[in-house]
Amino acid sequence: MRLSPDEIIFWQHGFIKLNATIVFTWAVMLFLAAGSKLITHRLSGDHNRSRWQNLLEIVVTGIEQQIEEVGLHEPKKYLGFLGTLFLFVATVSLCTVIPGFQPPTGSLSTTAALALCVFVAVPFFGIEEQGLGAYLKSYIKPTFIMLPFNIISEMSRTLALAVRLFGNMMSGAMIIGILLTITPFIFPIIMTLLGLLTGMVQAYIFTILAAVYIAAATRIRKPMPESEVKH
Amino acid sequence: MIIDWFTVGAQTLNFLILVWLMKHFLYKPVLNAIDAREKRIATELSDADTKKIEAQKEIDTFKHKNEEFDRQRSELLRKATEEASEERQRLLEKAGNDAEDLGSKHRERLRNETHDLHREIRGRVQHGVFAIARKALTEFATTTLEERLGEVFTRRLRGMESPEKERLAQALGSASDPSVVRAVVRSAFDLPTEQRTVIQNALNETVSADIRIRFETRPDLISGIELTANGQKVAWSISDYLSSLEKDIDELLKKNNIKES
Repeated sequence: MRLSPDEIIFWQHGFIKLNATIVFTWAVMLFLAAGSKLITHRLSGDHNRSRWQNLLEIVVTGIEQQIEEVGLHEPKKYLGFLGTLFLFVATVSLCTVIPGFQPPTGSLSTTAALALCVFVAVPFFGIEEQGLGAYLKSYIKPTFIMLPFNIISEMSRTLALAVRLFGNMMSGAMIIGILLTITPFIFPIIMTLLGLLTGMVQAYIFTILAAVYIAAATRIRKPMPESEVKH
Repeated sequence: MIIDWFTVGAQTLNFLILVWLMKHFLYKPVLNAIDAREKRIATELSDADTKKIEAQKEIDTFKHKNEEFDRQRSELLRKATEEASEERQRLLEKAGNDAEDLGSKHRERLRNETHDLHREIRGRVQHGVFAIARKALTEFATTTLEERLGEVFTRRLRGMESPEKERLAQALGSASDPSVVRAVVRSAFDLPTEQRTVIQNALNETVSADIRIRFETRPDLISGIELTANGQKVAWSISDYLSSLEKDIDELLKKNNIKES
């Protein structure tokens, strides 16, 4: 039994290989990029808009709103990274209904790559927001003793991100695979629906957690905004 | 090995490429479109606000003009009412004055008519009395009324009292030239020569002087003779008797008017 689409290798040349994870990721990337390009190349600035434009606007403004609700006050700055995270994971989850589709997020390599991106993005945005010194100081808050714990926390949450997404996606695909061998007709469909739900929830969780980590890194030394103090 | 590190690297790269692609093809165009729309809506709202303010201003202006118009209208109405009232008052006064004038004219005309009537009555009575007297004198005394009148006048001249006589002499004697006419005798009829001689003699005797007299005929002196000399007058006519008769008739008419009113 395959645990990961990494194991399906289409082409290999030494260290370099072209497995199902990479190929399906490209497919998803192509779908997202081409779909976006197709819809956005004739965007309308007035009241008459196409349905697809409305859909895209709802998705983009929805993500933007979620990012803002997490506590990032300039959501447009983080929209590229966090929005792409969500859209990629969500699209991959949606695509699991396509027969033969191997979800790239079912591979620990992909989730680890995404978690690594978050792992790098958190200090990147943190340093960009409050400077290198202030960011590094945040590791020894409230006391110097907390430094190892903060570092362990940083590592473990990255690992948790990667494993959580991988586990959910892999298990979803695996359950469907097992059920297909036992009850081929009704249950796999129900489980596929459940898998869709789980995939969307995971996409949301992954993005929100990444947003929370970035927010924690960027707002750690900032005074509370006046509106929040009143509450 | 569950993690393939080449795949991890490839997926990281893929993800970063996807981030760029999505930024370029999705977020930027969509956000730009939303921003443009929001800007346009804000502009439209601002325009609408401006138009609303302008409309409000125009409403205020019209309201103000309406109020002004109402005020002017009521002012004009008030003026017109006052003018009409004044005009009414003026017309009433004018009508009153006209009525008064008309009344006074009417009264005047009535008075004139009464006066004319009296004169007419008096004239007719005089003529009637004169005719009766003449007829009576002619029939009973075998002499003409004129002769009788001349006699009466002559008798009256001769029977004048002293002071009266002196005044007449004084009036007649102021002229030194005898050829100058110093007295004028007017009569309602043409006096016959005998009468004239009698009057001339009577006057000469009365004032003891030769007085030159001019005789004139004045039909309005109803059956009478009068002598005028330098402001002094000796006269006799039926008018004296008629005056008392006129008085009687006046009183009679007044009594009638009072009864009628």
